[in-house]
Amino acid sequence: MSLRKRSLPVQFLISILSVCGVAGICFLCSAFLDYRITAFVLLVTVSILAVLFDIFPVLTAAALSAVIWDLLFIPPRFTFFIEKTEDRILFLTYFIIASVNAVLTYKLRQMEKAARDKEEKENAIRLYNTLFNSLSHELKTPISTIIGLTDALKDDDNKLSHEKKQELLDEISIASLRLNEQVSNLLNMSRLESGQLKLKNDWCDVNELFHTVVEKIKDRAGSRRISIAVSPTFPLVKLDAGIMEQILYNLVNNAVQYTPEKTSILLSAKIKDHKSALSTTETHSMQTLIIRVSDDGPGFQPEEIEKVFLKFYRSKHSGAGGTGLGLSIVKGFVEAQKGSVHLHNLEAGGAEFVIELPCEISDTSFLHNE
Amino acid sequence: MSKEHILVIDDETQMRKLLEIALTSHDYKVTEAANAKEGIIMAANHPPDLILLDLGLPDENGQEVLKKLRTWFNNPVIILSVQKEEEDIVEALDHGANDYLTKPFRTNELIARIRTALRNVSGVKNNSVIVCDDLSMDLAARTVKRSNELIKLTATEYSLLALFMKNEGRVLTHQFLLKEIWGPGYIEDTQYLRVFIGQLRKKIEVDPNRPKHIITESGVGYRFS
Repeated sequence: MSLRKRSLPVQFLISILSVCGVAGICFLCSAFLDYRITAFVLLVTVSILAVLFDIFPVLTAAALSAVIWDLLFIPPRFTFFIEKTEDRILFLTYFIIASVNAVLTYKLRQMEKAARDKEEKENAIRLYNTLFNSLSHELKTPISTIIGLTDALKDDDNKLSHEKKQELLDEISIASLRLNEQVSNLLNMSRLESGQLKLKNDWCDVNELFHTVVEKIKDRAGSRRISIAVSPTFPLVKLDAGIMEQILYNLVNNAVQYTPEKTSILLSAKIKDHKSALSTTETHSMQTLIIRVSDDGPGFQPEEIEKVFLKFYRSKHSGAGGTGLGLSIVKGFVEAQKGSVHLHNLEAGGAEFVIELPCEISDTSFLHNE
Repeated sequence: MSKEHILVIDDETQMRKLLEIALTSHDYKVTEAANAKEGIIMAANHPPDLILLDLGLPDENGQEVLKKLRTWFNNPVIILSVQKEEEDIVEALDHGANDYLTKPFRTNELIARIRTALRNVSGVKNNSVIVCDDLSMDLAARTVKRSNELIKLTATEYSLLALFMKNEGRVLTHQFLLKEIWGPGYIEDTQYLRVFIGQLRKKIEVDPNRPKHIITESGVGYRFS
């Protein structure tokens, strides 16, 4: 199939060369081969080409093989003249069969392609509908909560106690925040897909970045313990802090959502040693930042590891909600920064996400001695 | 003391309603404008103590409205924006906005920002000692104390902290800080700022990893509180 993807000139060249090659071999064997057998051999060659290539190279091969057959094989040989009426009919039949062969095969392939396109389109629509349903569900749930609870609060006939009212208000608040998060995820996804993501790289402190993320998430972490392991002397790295925060938030949030209570979650960072011959006076250099987010929870099912970064993919082994966008945004954001992210299970149990990002690292030691 | 007057310029009816409820319940007098033209006329006829300005107005870009207002209006302006687009926020702060909030925001956050902005106007600082929680700075003696204990700061750290304490509650952009402390030639050198903020936090914060005084406004700058 890959042959058809070759450029047209290449297809022409291969067609002509194979017809000439096969004809050459037949010519060498012409002492043992009847010229009618040669016709069949050439026809087979053209048929094979018809399966592989576009219509025009194949038609060229058909015409060329007819001419060569006439010139080199049909008696009297080495002339275009055909003596016997029988051979003239044979030659005409050969030409028609070769051409019809080329056209038919081409048409067949076109029909096949149309059928495949249609199927792909239907699959895309089906997928879109599934995603749309799950997404509307995710958005509708908090909206329903908000509408329902505000109605309950508005209804004066309900003799709700003060505590009950507070409880309802808290629920409304949680639902609104969840809704806001889902919408942010969708906006991020559309920023990624439309290519509107502009990176605003600036020096950032990884330690501060990690702590900001942990502060944001700790209220919903329950009894899970989130810790940070970064050297206090970790250099500054040039990255888009806003994007990085989103990446880490989604990863930690994912860990919080999909692990049982009391799980430990660890964020760590290091610089990959390049050992390149950098001059010692250099204060900035391009290196690789490695960030790991690991947990000691149940880990991922092996068949899931491949799929977690897919858009709208949601784990079947969890009842937790979510749009299935979080990790695909992580992947998109990491790749937008020319980095990579992968997931693996840890031998000791639990899962680990590893992000590798090429970035400028600043040695700021010269700033310390004031 | 008469109620402080806040003008809300926002085209969303629901948002104006919400702000009116939240602000009147905190004893502010509220007037509302649904577009830029109306807002500017109202601000000129009855100058408010503070303006809440939405950046996405139907008739004119909020940044332009801010520039017009700033030619004669000296009271605080707080920007409201839907998306956290750092560039817009930095631009608005450069045009003289005192603060910004990203929608959706929590009401208590809004009230706190309004209070800070109004306090900075009313409290004329001719006192040489600035106090903020456990920190106190004596501008005349050039000393800083945390919980009554003297802290040793380098000259740059001191200038940075003084700038922060004089602008308590206000977002200071990276560029503003770099220009004020290091000079106009350094406004791109944000790594200087990171390093010195880090050092300063180690000296003045109880937990430098969970700063209570120097708060990072990601992509924009820092806020001292």
